[in-house]
Amino acid sequence: MKKQKNTGRRTKLLLRHLRPAASAFALGIGASLVSTLLRTLFTQVIRFTVDTALLGDGAGVSAPRLLLEACTFAALVALLEFIAGFVQDSNLPKASERFVKSLRDALYRHIQRLPYSWHVEHSTGDVIQRCTADVEVVRAFVVEQLLTLVSTVFFIAVYASVMFSMNGRLAVVAFAFMPVIVATSAIFFSRISKHFQEADEAEGALSADIQENLTGVRVVRAFGRERAELEKFRVKNQRFTDLWIRVGHMMTAFWSINDVFSAAQLLCVILLGVRMCVGGALSPGTYLAFVSYTSQLTWPVRQLGRVLSEMSKAGVSIDRLLYILEAEPEQEPERPKAADLSGEIRFEHVSFSYGRTPVLRDVSFSVPGGGTLGILGETGSGKSTAALLLARLYDPDEGRVTIGGVDVREMDPRALRRGVGVVLQEPFLFSRTLRENIAIAREDATPEEIDAAVRDACLQDAVSEFKDGLETVVGERGVTLSGGQKQRAAIARTLLTRAPIMVFDDALSAVDAKTDAAIRARLREAAGSATLVLIAHRVATLADADEIIVLEDGRVVERGTHAELMAKGGVYARVAAMQSAEGEEGAQ
Amino acid sequence: MSEQKRRADFSLAPWKRLLPFYRRYRGLIAIVLVSNVLIAAGDFLLPLLQAEAVDAFIMTGTLAGLGAYVARYLAVVAMELAALVVNFLGAMRLEMCAGRDMKEGCFVNLQRLSLDYYNVTSAGHTLSRVMSDTNRIASNCAWAIPDGAWSLAYILGVYAVMFRLSPSLALTLAALAPLVAALTFYFQRRLIALNRDVRAQHSKITSGYNEGIMGAKTSKTMALEERLSSEFSETTARAARAGILHGRMRAIYVPLVVFCGALGASATLLRGGRMVLLGALSLGTLSAFMTYALSLFQNFRQLASDISLIISMQANVERVAELLTETPTVRDTPEIEAKYGDSLNPKRENWEPMHGDVEFDDVSFHYVEGGEEVLSHFNLKVPQGDTVAIVGETGAGKSTLVNLVCRFFEPTAGRVLIDGRDVRERSQLWLHSHIGYVLQEPHLFSGSIRENIRYGRPDATDEEVEEAARAVSADRVAAKLPDGYDADVGECGDKLSTGEKQLISFARAVLAKPRIFVLDEATSSVDTETEQAIQRATRTLMQGTTSFVIAHRLSTIRQADVILVIDHGKIVERGTHEELLALGGAYYELYTTQLSRQERPGQARERRP
Repeated sequence: MKKQKNTGRRTKLLLRHLRPAASAFALGIGASLVSTLLRTLFTQVIRFTVDTALLGDGAGVSAPRLLLEACTFAALVALLEFIAGFVQDSNLPKASERFVKSLRDALYRHIQRLPYSWHVEHSTGDVIQRCTADVEVVRAFVVEQLLTLVSTVFFIAVYASVMFSMNGRLAVVAFAFMPVIVATSAIFFSRISKHFQEADEAEGALSADIQENLTGVRVVRAFGRERAELEKFRVKNQRFTDLWIRVGHMMTAFWSINDVFSAAQLLCVILLGVRMCVGGALSPGTYLAFVSYTSQLTWPVRQLGRVLSEMSKAGVSIDRLLYILEAEPEQEPERPKAADLSGEIRFEHVSFSYGRTPVLRDVSFSVPGGGTLGILGETGSGKSTAALLLARLYDPDEGRVTIGGVDVREMDPRALRRGVGVVLQEPFLFSRTLRENIAIAREDATPEEIDAAVRDACLQDAVSEFKDGLETVVGERGVTLSGGQKQRAAIARTLLTRAPIMVFDDALSAVDAKTDAAIRARLREAAGSATLVLIAHRVATLADADEIIVLEDGRVVERGTHAELMAKGGVYARVAAMQSAEGEEGAQ
Repeated sequence: MSEQKRRADFSLAPWKRLLPFYRRYRGLIAIVLVSNVLIAAGDFLLPLLQAEAVDAFIMTGTLAGLGAYVARYLAVVAMELAALVVNFLGAMRLEMCAGRDMKEGCFVNLQRLSLDYYNVTSAGHTLSRVMSDTNRIASNCAWAIPDGAWSLAYILGVYAVMFRLSPSLALTLAALAPLVAALTFYFQRRLIALNRDVRAQHSKITSGYNEGIMGAKTSKTMALEERLSSEFSETTARAARAGILHGRMRAIYVPLVVFCGALGASATLLRGGRMVLLGALSLGTLSAFMTYALSLFQNFRQLASDISLIISMQANVERVAELLTETPTVRDTPEIEAKYGDSLNPKRENWEPMHGDVEFDDVSFHYVEGGEEVLSHFNLKVPQGDTVAIVGETGAGKSTLVNLVCRFFEPTAGRVLIDGRDVRERSQLWLHSHIGYVLQEPHLFSGSIRENIRYGRPDATDEEVEEAARAVSADRVAAKLPDGYDADVGECGDKLSTGEKQLISFARAVLAKPRIFVLDEATSSVDTETEQAIQRATRTLMQGTTSFVIAHRLSTIRQADVILVIDHGKIVERGTHEELLALGGAYYELYTTQLSRQERPGQARERRP
């Protein structure tokens, strides 16, 4: 029952993405069928020529004349086959490309629409693996395996009907070996797949080992462990080598057994054919046609076995893609309310938990529009969660978050997020120039505005170190920025948006104290009238805020201005004392 | 761009660098080549045997000699089968063994290369040289080159046989050969170029996914989803176009070659048929010619694609050869290696113990030739047991001194002395075996916590491992995990947080009982309370060990015997904490900005740049 449902979902997925490829696919398959027919026809022309023109009486037409006509016809058939071949070979890649494009776009788009929590819960490596390797398996299934299956079955059917109509007895001999070859191929390829996988994994393990050695080179050197590293590498390298050699042995056994079958099949056709010719039961032309057909059949029949065994793998990959595509995308309100994002932010009795771990418990606070709120807390105290709730990247379990009096759940989430600039602790820079990265959320920014944002985020020093300045390509395919540089670029990016609310979630953790101070000094001014939320575990970062709340275990334990909290002598004051370089002197 | 330029200048020099890896498999290579030629021989003998069946039995109408015929037929098939088995086994062995040796050659050299190589080369780039490039070379050398030999042998054999059987008919087929050769030449070049484009587009898709998935959290917070999706859609559209273009070019070329074969067969049938009618040619011979005609040009195509595969290997060969010939900038002299051994074969019996005095004697240094001097005529004596602290802003060049002490780099002028002798007078491994090193971005190896702590001293007992862990509070990391010390840390330790990794790597260094201790922002991601506990513990544990400490948080270095303040790669101040505070310079400024400004709320604004 379950299986039935699965097959239905899988088929639906394939059909949906085959739609843009349908016409190319149909043309390609049609052409491949026509080309099969033409190939049998070509052999038939040769058979006719031998029997009628060369050996026969010519039925009144002169033999050379007949020969010329037959050869012209053969050349014509070859020309048609060329055209059919062209139509087939140009349309099938087109179908393949359109199919994967549709599938890839759908995956990407869906991934972008999935909620924040989904991205937190799934490892990027695994998702990327699904989007690349599994898509490739599905593509091969549709445009190679399915197609080979269809065209091979057709090929065999056409050849069988032609051969049986020429001579039943000889055809039986020619086809006698076929089930054996298909079966051995299918069995072999399903057996060897396990060994292929093992060898692949050994390759992966070897790669991972080298990668670790390379990234850990300083540690290897500092502890003088080169010898041990080499020995570890040798073991993995040898295993990788041995496993592939074993796969090679199996392949050799397979191909040689298959060759024995094919040779035996051909020899049987030759022997029986010769006997029948000598006995007058078969014409020489038909004999030649049989020999030709039999050798043409060898390859497709082997392919059939292989395809049958490989097709079973595709189901797993399709399911892995369905896992992504069927994940629930973010819910959006039907009739979103517009809100004044420069108004007051309120958290009203907000509770939130990740799974069963409570993170925020009955948290309430408010920030007037244009004000600055500081949130202090140790790692895991729930301070980042508050920022995520504000941008509605999560929804609270209880209570509500409002901006300008409107519940964030009732707003259009994209409009909300454009208005709430969140700088994450580990921001991601896209693989493009620094300038494009900074202007990514506001494409109409002038160069002057970008320069100003760069200055306000104290990024100009870093920029001037790069040869290409702001045009330096960063990210995966460019220069790798340090953690602090990334954070400053992200701050510039957010400042540039002039969002009415800006949230800095420990956004200066990788910046040294002096730069931290310099950025803070400019922040209020650079942010204009925006409401600021500063989240940090450095007291110094928060000292200038209008109000500071201290979170501990998801609860607000203290609130007040810096001076008030210092005077109170609670958690805040204790943390401040510890962070002060003058710990001992302060105690005096 | 540079890849394309490289391809244009095909040169044999880098290929020679790889010869040693193949010299030891000379026998195997000969076997693979000979067996390939035998397979080709079988392939062109079989049509002849089939022709014989027509002429000897069918046309004469007797079955006499059929037994002997079958025996001959079976002999050829058996010969070809044997050659095939030998060829497959040999080629597979050649591919894997030569590939293994090349990988090891690369790996061994990588263990020798100095850190300046690693500083400018990404791990991913190096990895792809060691894995993909060697795989591709090994596979092509084992399969494509012998396959080319097979195609060539087949083509030559067929022509030889045809000319013997019927020169005039052979000429008919030979006439088409230049046409096919010209077509092949024309299309192969274009196909290679298009294929390169397809692969380039493909890698753009992969990095598009990387970005879309790794950056998903960021793009979500900035509401960039729509924009990124449509950009990705443009990338996939370009990839589809490239694939379709390549497919179309192939769609003309491949059927065209088949067509030439069929055309050749038709012409052969016409001419040969006339000869058969005149009695100048047997029907069997004609049928053999037809078979040859249909398959001959396919082999032209095969040969061309083998050749283009080999030519396109040039870039891979260059990259591997480059890696193999790369020489380390920091090297032990032959005399030192003779005495102390190299890093892979140490002669520990000749090693002196290390006391721990470090001295910089008139040291000057710059990273790049002609670049700015980072140190100039720097002198510093660090007696055994002293602590040197290095402070300064992010990116100010604080790691330089440490790099010199560890001899990851060598001074451009002057000397670094350990126990009064130039570091170059001992082997690198001797030095490194006495250094304990903890990095800000700690690197762990996949395996258990225990294995990682033991990395620095493989013969340490479990008790010693746990003792070291306790000393630096790393026991807390183990205690949190269900498997304790045997818990797997994941690839590169990625199952642990940065702070946890720092604690483990701290324990690893402590366990190694080093004579020189280097802490490069070792506890930057550890919370304030734990950091202070670690400090107290290491102070007793590391009694008598010379230490170099790089730190952000100045509270951690106040007890240092000497503090060096680095600014823009230069040492601007040196002295003890008290001396430097009294000086009221860069250190004073750093120190005061780092205080929480409870007493001076307006300070940051005054100090605005």
